[in-house]
Amino acid sequence: MKADPAGVQTGRHYLDGNHACCEGALAAGCRFAAGYPITPSTEIVERIAGRFPHLGGLFIQMEDEIASSITLQGAVWGGAKAMTVTSGPGLSLMMEHIGLAAVLETPCVFVDVQRGGPSTGLPTLPGQADMMQVRWGSHGDYQIIALAPSSPQECFDFTIDAFNLAETYRLPVMFMMDECVGHMTERVDIPPADQIEVVPRRYTQKPRGEYRPYEPGEHMVPDMVKAGMGHRFHITGLTHDERGYPVINAVAQDKMVRRLIDKVRLQADQIVRYEEDRVEGADVVLMSYGITYRVALRAMEMARARGVKVGSLRLIVCWPFPEKRVQEIAAKAKAMVMVEMNMGQMYLEMDRAAKNRCKTVLVPHAGGTVHDPEVILAAIMEAVR
Amino acid sequence: MSEQTTQEGPHVNPVLPYLREDRMPHIWCPGCGIGTTVNCFARALTESGLDLDNVAIVSGIGCTGRVAGYAKLDSFHTTHGRAIPFATGLKLSNPDLKVIVYSGDGDLMAIGGNHFIHAARRNMDITVICVNNLLYGMTGGQASSTTPEPAKATTAPYGAFENPFSLPFLADSCGAVYVARWTTYHVRQTTKAMKEAIAKKGFSFVEIISPCPTLYQRRNKLGDGLQAMQYYRDRSVVKTGADTRDVGITFQGDIICGKFVDRERPTWLDAYNGRNTTAIGATYRPYPWRGNEGQGA
Repeated sequence: MKADPAGVQTGRHYLDGNHACCEGALAAGCRFAAGYPITPSTEIVERIAGRFPHLGGLFIQMEDEIASSITLQGAVWGGAKAMTVTSGPGLSLMMEHIGLAAVLETPCVFVDVQRGGPSTGLPTLPGQADMMQVRWGSHGDYQIIALAPSSPQECFDFTIDAFNLAETYRLPVMFMMDECVGHMTERVDIPPADQIEVVPRRYTQKPRGEYRPYEPGEHMVPDMVKAGMGHRFHITGLTHDERGYPVINAVAQDKMVRRLIDKVRLQADQIVRYEEDRVEGADVVLMSYGITYRVALRAMEMARARGVKVGSLRLIVCWPFPEKRVQEIAAKAKAMVMVEMNMGQMYLEMDRAAKNRCKTVLVPHAGGTVHDPEVILAAIMEAVR
Repeated sequence: MSEQTTQEGPHVNPVLPYLREDRMPHIWCPGCGIGTTVNCFARALTESGLDLDNVAIVSGIGCTGRVAGYAKLDSFHTTHGRAIPFATGLKLSNPDLKVIVYSGDGDLMAIGGNHFIHAARRNMDITVICVNNLLYGMTGGQASSTTPEPAKATTAPYGAFENPFSLPFLADSCGAVYVARWTTYHVRQTTKAMKEAIAKKGFSFVEIISPCPTLYQRRNKLGDGLQAMQYYRDRSVVKTGADTRDVGITFQGDIICGKFVDRERPTWLDAYNGRNTTAIGATYRPYPWRGNEGQGA
């Protein structure tokens, strides 16, 4: 279906990434947000608090991130499209409910405007060091989808994609911004509502008494329900069967966990998303995401000016990781170089996928500012020596 | 399992329509009071005359946390301590729902204490039913934030010594609009209190003191469930309207019961709409908008 025009501020804007994210959420049909203030994400909830009441929506500032991350799920099971917004320290508190969202299969969006960590770290300065936490941070086996925007325009566009993916696969989608992208102001074009595709919630059509909350349907994903439809359904964070009833044994565990994993793993080809630039014939392929992608591009041009054949593979969807594509590239290139604002997180994934087919190089950065392109250039020149 | 509402007759247990029969037997021990409170709850719902399709129940984790799993309502078994914020989202996304949180003292008051006080402060329009058995039952009888000195628990082998929460005082001081306490001996009073709490607009709270024969009674040499009933009968003191500062629970001491608070205060949503109407003016359409199905809240 198309976006509700009421929530779409069609036109050319000059926005920072945080505000653009709020507009993207509105365009996607999000009308409920729960949050707790935290730098550098706060502008998102501030804009939400101002905008939502005019559009039939609601924002509630909760007592902490633990509450925020489950209040939004209550709202989803009551029928809303909902999100919460945070940064690293808040994300750490939300881990409990990322696991809950995964196991309840609650379609929802968590926005993480990454700052330097660990702990309180660098509240006002950028980082990209939550990439592994967001994938693995809650206990147990589960899958999520994560996207990383590189510009305010993408904060708008990809927030819509995040909501659509959440509805399609019924899982928590992590929107991995960073302080630079969140606070950078650029032109943002918001298209007319009839050009914005929105995935509506797929509610069950079953008659009363026949609905099973965890009976897989299209995309291995069960149909949704909401309180008040008369189904008298039950859902639980315990291991459960298709009825949603707790079943505490290894057989039920295998069936439930396997589907939670497989619905992403077996459909990863439809979910992965990346952007390539001159990868064919490249000796060195730079991998990057978020704000770091834009710095990596600069280094790529510098290297190409020196005659080195460098290409770029930029992650848009970070999780699931484009394993197959990295394997193909690694079979042809001399080296793959991961540029990221952490001490080596997505690098581990790239290195794993490359399987020793080519040299893999990490250009780390502990956070606080972006990479110096000269450092990336030096890594490229070293890689082709 | 067939639709039980068609089986109504003189010999059908009146609680049956509210139970997921396919989930029986339940996990509760002989002599446990939680089942008694569920009986009261079912009767309160019957007497309330609510359309049960619009009643949702949310539990956290623990013995009482299992109530949601047995209630034949839209029912949510959430994470430990977080039933109230889940219920908050559920209620606000669909204000037509009657949302009831049903959980234990460990869940609601220790790990979930922060959510409890803020929901009461906001006057979120939900009912919280707390079965207080004075310890953690599901995990084997550890001390909770309500265990009175010097009761023994597995993590307090020499007796509890911390100052316990007095739940009615906590609820009252945080702004709850309805606060009552009864014991599982007082089934009629408990039913009435639940019914009143469910009918009350705003944050309503009912505490039910309940025995844990397996862990609390036995470890403290207090006998079985029946002896707990005798204690409740002998030492409960009904003081409706009592000052909640004076209703703390002591070890085997008097249990002050009754309705302590019944007052009016704008709910969170009333306050939200009121503030926005004042600030934004005539263009503000109060939440929830009707007829925007498919576009979320």
